[in-house]
Amino acid sequence: MRGALWQTGWRELRRYPSALMGMAIIAGLLVLALYTVIAIPYPEAVAKWRGSEAWQDNPVNAAPIWLDRLVGGDAPRTQVVASEAAPIEERVFEGGRRLRIPLAFDYDAGGFPSELNLFLHAPGHEQPPFVRLAWHTPDGREIALGGHRIGADERISISQDRALERRLGGLAPHIGLLADPEREEGQPQVLPGRHTLLLDVLAFDETAAFDAELVLYGRVHGIAGTDHQRRELSLALLWGTPVALAFGLLAAVGTTVTTLAIAAVGVWYRGWVDATIQRLTEVNMILPVLPILVMVGTLYSTSIWLMLGVVVVLGIFSASIKMYRAMLLPIREAPYIEAARAYGASNARIVLRYLIPRILPVLIPTFVTLIPSFVFLEASLAVLGLGDPLLPTWGKVLNDAQSQSALYNGYYYWVISPALLLMLTGLGFAMLGFALDRVFNPRLRSL
Amino acid sequence: MTRHGAPGSAPTAGRGRWRDLRRLLLYTAKRLLALFVTVVVGVYLTIVIANMGGQVDDLRRVQIRSEAAEAARADPAFQDLSPAERNELIQRQVALEVERLRLDEPFLVRSVDYLQRALRLDLGRAEQMHSDLGSRAVRDIIVERLPATLLLFGTANLLIFFVSVFVALWLSRRYGSALDRSVVALAPTSAAPAWFYGIFLILLFAFVAPLLPAGGMVAVPPPEGRWAYALSVVRHLLLPVSAMLLSQIFISIYSWRTFFLIHSSEDYVEMARAKGLPSRLIERRYILRPTLAPIVTSFLLMLIGLWSGAIILEQVFNWPGLGSLLFQAIGHRDTPVIIGGVVIFAYLLAATVFLLDILYAVLDPRVRLAGGRQ
Repeated sequence: MRGALWQTGWRELRRYPSALMGMAIIAGLLVLALYTVIAIPYPEAVAKWRGSEAWQDNPVNAAPIWLDRLVGGDAPRTQVVASEAAPIEERVFEGGRRLRIPLAFDYDAGGFPSELNLFLHAPGHEQPPFVRLAWHTPDGREIALGGHRIGADERISISQDRALERRLGGLAPHIGLLADPEREEGQPQVLPGRHTLLLDVLAFDETAAFDAELVLYGRVHGIAGTDHQRRELSLALLWGTPVALAFGLLAAVGTTVTTLAIAAVGVWYRGWVDATIQRLTEVNMILPVLPILVMVGTLYSTSIWLMLGVVVVLGIFSASIKMYRAMLLPIREAPYIEAARAYGASNARIVLRYLIPRILPVLIPTFVTLIPSFVFLEASLAVLGLGDPLLPTWGKVLNDAQSQSALYNGYYYWVISPALLLMLTGLGFAMLGFALDRVFNPRLRSL
Repeated sequence: MTRHGAPGSAPTAGRGRWRDLRRLLLYTAKRLLALFVTVVVGVYLTIVIANMGGQVDDLRRVQIRSEAAEAARADPAFQDLSPAERNELIQRQVALEVERLRLDEPFLVRSVDYLQRALRLDLGRAEQMHSDLGSRAVRDIIVERLPATLLLFGTANLLIFFVSVFVALWLSRRYGSALDRSVVALAPTSAAPAWFYGIFLILLFAFVAPLLPAGGMVAVPPPEGRWAYALSVVRHLLLPVSAMLLSQIFISIYSWRTFFLIHSSEDYVEMARAKGLPSRLIERRYILRPTLAPIVTSFLLMLIGLWSGAIILEQVFNWPGLGSLLFQAIGHRDTPVIIGGVVIFAYLLAATVFLLDILYAVLDPRVRLAGGRQ
């Protein structure tokens, strides 16, 4: 009989386009969450999000590529020019060798790169090698960039070279080096063609390896852009999905199931049990939930699982106990309960098998609409700076964006993409929940 | 009221009224006691949580020690003290501070003391924070923040409440119209909290099209003149109020509309319609009057909800209200301020619940009877 009820429920639900849309959104999020958990394992995600060498070739605060292309832009992507592909000239002499490494690349993007860095690796050299840098432009100019003594792992930030900036007429090096010198007035323009950074290396070792990597950081990156620590936002946006769904679902299950069970126990046993439950509910009404969560976060730990626990504990004696109680009270006196008592069913059996299942259908809409409120609660805590210390979540991305004044600096994508995902999650569950409410709530059915 | 006394004879009616009154009084006393116990337990729990069962004390002792050591090191007057002397100085400073914060007493004793003072509404002095005027009294700190919270949340909540009740009443008459359907369709947007819409509004109206300020309560420096000042406050109010409106208005209209629809399909309303009463009269006498109790309840609960403000909305809009006060107090581990905020909220809530109980008991004979019989 219950199977039939579900079937009619499903048939009615199909009539609501909002329910179908909500289910489609939820299904999409679930697929995304599953894909994320499989494609990027948890330890890898946590390690990467902490910030590491893995991000060093990414630009800072770059917008998503598709956003730029959508408005017809031609902003540069990141270009990496490595010495492995370069034709290296090598001359060996007594006690060392001399290398000429031309790092050549074609540049014809619509804008200048956002930064220029040169990474040099010279492992196993007894004496640090010496390198002299020169920039050759397509129109035949040569700009000397000075010399450096190189350790095992060196990073030369060409963009930070203030002296070079002065020599280039006040233009930042990543603009000045690539600009067309003919067009002095107004905005600098890119000089398209083949640029070369020539490395003249003097190594005091005949065999030890030496390689170089010139990175021209773009202004756009990936499908979600990057943040202030060069991290790809797509990682946080992807991993935010399973975290948000798990948090919302577990919190909703934890609070509704315990609350319902307690309400049913109170209704069944009556007397002091019921009275205690009622008083506890009233005490719980006075406790401010968010401040307590903030206290736990500041004083103990901001671990998402601890927060989940506190949310569930505070939710056990929530105000909805009164609502369930009102629904259960008439059921308690129903003839089928009396029949169960007559055949000798135990108290636990009556509560679990007779009382609770009866109001489950009414509960489902509440349950579904509860999920997004917990998803947003997690985001709220993260926005207050109490996000999980390890996991990348949507709320933490928003918090980073806020603390870096993303809106003020015009990095709108940084705020909009996590916000859109949150909104999508909220809408998906709420749309389904509202439709379910109309299907399962007999009083609303005709409205 | 005469339902329980025999109708007609005066003495029995009088006795019935007396019995009703006695039951009402008994019921009132019971409710008062229950609510008082609730407040005591709730406030004590908050005190324990705010101190993590006393663990915050250890944290604060470490903090006091390091601050005293830092102060002794930084002060040029103590430069030429010997290490032993300096150590003694630090010890003395720490002891003074520990005594000032009463950390030398066990937490249990202090928590009970906190509780009884909180219940007497003797809010005491803040440990770290002070009001903008420099007062350390918790009362001054809270009073200073109260107008900001009342202004923002009062405006927004009153607007939401009255607009949604009236629009819902109007919509329930036009049930099934395009407008009604669109409100139903928009209701799920309320899944997102106000701060969330706040971010979008700030993005749109403060940065993409810089029409309104992104945060704060008044321009810096505050404009001269009363009208200029008020205008500046109103400009700062617009975005947070619209954020709250966006996040709550549709769900609010939706639920009131459903509520009114359920009540307007009652038999007595159908009967009134059949009698041909004008729709305005039906609305006032047959729909609004019986639904008055839930409307009043939600109105009162909305009013006391103002007290707690909203931590995140205030943070997002940089609004100097009670929510951000509580957040700062938690950051400073300033127990008296936290307890002060919570205890006032608890009292307001208890008072409202009590008021509602009495109101129901007076209005609804069923409650009165049940209360007397228990």
